[in-house]
Amino acid sequence: MIEIQNVRKSFGSLEVLKGIDLTVNKGEVLTIIGGSGSGKSTLLTCINGLEPIDAGRILVDGTEVHAKSTNLNKLRSKLGIVFQQFNAFPHLTVLENVMLAPRKVLGLSKEKAEENAVKQLTHVGLGEKLGVYPTRMSGGQQQRMAIARALAMSPEYMLFDEVTSALDPQLVGEVLDTLRMLASEGMTMICVTHEMKFAREVSDRVAFFHKGVMAEIAAPEALFGAPKDPELQKFLAATH
Amino acid sequence: MFSYTFHWNQALKALPQMLDGALVTLQVALLSMVIGLALALALTACRLSGNRILGGFATAWVEIARNTPALFQIYMAHFGLGNFGIHLSPYTALLAGIAFNNAGYLAENFRGALKAIPDTQTRAGRSLGMTPVQAFRYIVLPQMLRIAFLPVTNQMVWAILMTSLGVTVGMNTDLAGITQELNARSFRTFEFFAIAAVIYYLIAKAVTLAARLLAARMFRY
Ligand SMILES: Nc1ncnc2c1ncn2[C@@H]1O[C@H](COP(=O)(O)OP(=O)(O)OP(=O)(O)O)[C@@H](O)[C@H]1O
Ligand SMILES: [Mg+2]
Repeated sequence: MIEIQNVRKSFGSLEVLKGIDLTVNKGEVLTIIGGSGSGKSTLLTCINGLEPIDAGRILVDGTEVHAKSTNLNKLRSKLGIVFQQFNAFPHLTVLENVMLAPRKVLGLSKEKAEENAVKQLTHVGLGEKLGVYPTRMSGGQQQRMAIARALAMSPEYMLFDEVTSALDPQLVGEVLDTLRMLASEGMTMICVTHEMKFAREVSDRVAFFHKGVMAEIAAPEALFGAPKDPELQKFLAATH
Repeated sequence: MFSYTFHWNQALKALPQMLDGALVTLQVALLSMVIGLALALALTACRLSGNRILGGFATAWVEIARNTPALFQIYMAHFGLGNFGIHLSPYTALLAGIAFNNAGYLAENFRGALKAIPDTQTRAGRSLGMTPVQAFRYIVLPQMLRIAFLPVTNQMVWAILMTSLGVTVGMNTDLAGITQELNARSFRTFEFFAIAAVIYYLIAKAVTLAARLLAARMFRY
């Protein structure tokens, strides 16, 4: 369970998160939508401790992310995250990309790490690309590799930050399919996305962020079918 | 007006001796590169540390190494330190001077290479649970070395040529030193220095070629 309690966060004088309260249960798929600069990415990077917070707290399975005593590196192996930009390690093959962290962080043997990496890559449809360098692959393939790389750490939660936004339109589908597959397997996921159709299909709940505030959260039918917040109504009107 | 008669035979007889000197040259250059690379990594770490004293020290080193004559750097290592009772042999002083110079240039190259690697690479590693040191060691460093590889090769060539400055501190076992002594005995200046120049040229070219082959093997991406 991820518990976000009254979290505030500023960059300089700009308050980006203005007291966010949100609980994500095991097995749940939560999508976050909202305009540019509303604080969606910042929230995700706070959840895995890449960014400090100014007030409130975030608990992952009861462990407080920003407590001094928390071993962040250990906690992060529970929390997979995939970003908008393709973050393939260009100097490593696809297989090596996926094997690196399990070997160095979890201390898996080469054989174990390789077996696991092959499994994850096959799962996202890249079983034929093991020896290829990522720069030779399409953006969609690189994003699927990034997903496999995160999954190889056996995370309990996956955070996705607009993983299809930098893709050519014809490549969006393959990545969304991968996310759908994970959702159907019961992975707990928080997805920041601009793909409304996708959000409607896979989400248990959808949250709408506006200027650092979670303005509305509801099941997709309710949020898309009968939006209450006026900003959300405007936002939905604009995305069609 | 052009009455100099070439005496190539006499000069060529000294070739084995000069090739021995070339080996010493190569040895000094290689050692100075190994030491220079290690120092450059340490200087880079100092500059990244965020510590003002370490950072200032590293920046001063880089500035001096890159903006003063290499000859002075070698001179300082021999005669300058001698004033303080630290007596380095010509060989050690030459090695120290070139290593100092290499470290400064290489540290600057590393800095440029690091700038070319986006922060998101480190972030990706950290988000997989790596410590900052692991992210640097396994993600940033290999990419940095690739970007810096060509400048490192150039510095190696430069180090080979810099060894010739050793004659000014009494170095007499390397190619320049031996050539100089042969010249002093025979005054066949043109012949000896022409042969030495060809040897320097061939070493420099061989190093560049070897580096290119090595790069093709090491960097597959
Ligand atoms: N490291 C940073 N330093 C300063 N300001 C930042 C930093 N990261 C984000 N911001 C600012 O915080 C605000 C929220 O950014 P954030 O990336 O969380 O928005 P977002 O909802 O993800 O937007 P988008 O849909 O464009 O990705 C923006 O105004 C952004 O400029
Ligand atoms: Mg964002």
